[in-house]
Amino acid sequence: MAHIKVPEGVPGIRSLAMFRPDSGKHLYDLVQILLRGQSPLSPAERELIASHVSAGNGCRFCMSSHAAAARELYGEKSQIVDCVIRGEDTPLLSEKMKALLVIAGKVRENGKKVKPEDIEAARNAGAGDRDIHDTVLIAATFSMFNRYVDGLATLTPDDDTAYAEMGKRIATKGYVPPQAQGT
Amino acid sequence: MAYIDLPEGLPGIRGPMAFRPQTAKPLNLLAEVLLRDDNALTRGERELIGTYVSYLNDCFFCQNAHSGLTQHYLQCDTDSIDAIVHDPESSDLSPKMKALLAIAAAVQKGGKHVRADHVERARKEGATDVEIHDTVLIAAAFCMFNRYVDGLGTWAPSDRMFYVKRAPARAIEGYANYDPNH
Repeated sequence: MAHIKVPEGVPGIRSLAMFRPDSGKHLYDLVQILLRGQSPLSPAERELIASHVSAGNGCRFCMSSHAAAARELYGEKSQIVDCVIRGEDTPLLSEKMKALLVIAGKVRENGKKVKPEDIEAARNAGAGDRDIHDTVLIAATFSMFNRYVDGLATLTPDDDTAYAEMGKRIATKGYVPPQAQGT
Repeated sequence: MAYIDLPEGLPGIRGPMAFRPQTAKPLNLLAEVLLRDDNALTRGERELIGTYVSYLNDCFFCQNAHSGLTQHYLQCDTDSIDAIVHDPESSDLSPKMKALLAIAAAVQKGGKHVRADHVERARKEGATDVEIHDTVLIAAAFCMFNRYVDGLGTWAPSDRMFYVKRAPARAIEGYANYDPNH
């Protein structure tokens, strides 16, 4: 049961956006721009970073929903997602993405863990300023979402099909705030 | 020097926000709602939560920027805020604020560190659902802001009075229309 009175049966961040739409709106806007707005990283790559960070933070809701979105977006290459969340190597992952995932993992722990060598490795693999900026901000943002969703003990579905549906919706429609509680 | 090519002369979060205004906009609107809009918790109390979490995350820029604002709202000095963040339980804060800061500290470690007894304590001291929600989200949001600022290797003026002096103007300007360029 959640630590506060959120709508029954509504999972994760949706329940919180319904409880407090004033902040929920901006959280959804942020993630829509961050994961779907213009970027040198594809939406699939950005969902992958989000899944990786959420897996590292042990947030099942965020990891599962964004992994599902990433699988939809990667299509035939979807096994890349399972390799990354399990921490396994895969030839499907570009050197650039490998280096960016290292940066994301360090940001997840604390921003100061990112070192010049990590940035250099990413640049040597072809990452530019926007790749690095977006990676850091996605990792930082999901460090927030994971804490928000688990910090209030929101409903985390046990059933993988629930996440597969969320993944399809996110992959096709993006991030749309739910209706406020009571409306 | 920051890890990416940020606009010159802008410390802390200002460089990244000027670099990418499209994401800065919802970040600032979120800060406005959480830290300035009318709420049972005062602006000073909410800035204190942000300051405390930034201290726990060891983010110099954020800690000092928000300590400056907290000092402005609570009409106290740097030493007072330093004493509070080092040991909130021994401070003169209300029992409710101590309970909420304990929740914020748990969030800083990780969402699952917030336990039912943390929440029960806050409720016993009069915290409402909205106050508990906002405490968790403010703490979580500062875990984001701190990582954004430090993860890009931004610089921060080392003179702590810089932040205290800026605070009154920042308190008036707020976050919604924040222009990082000045």
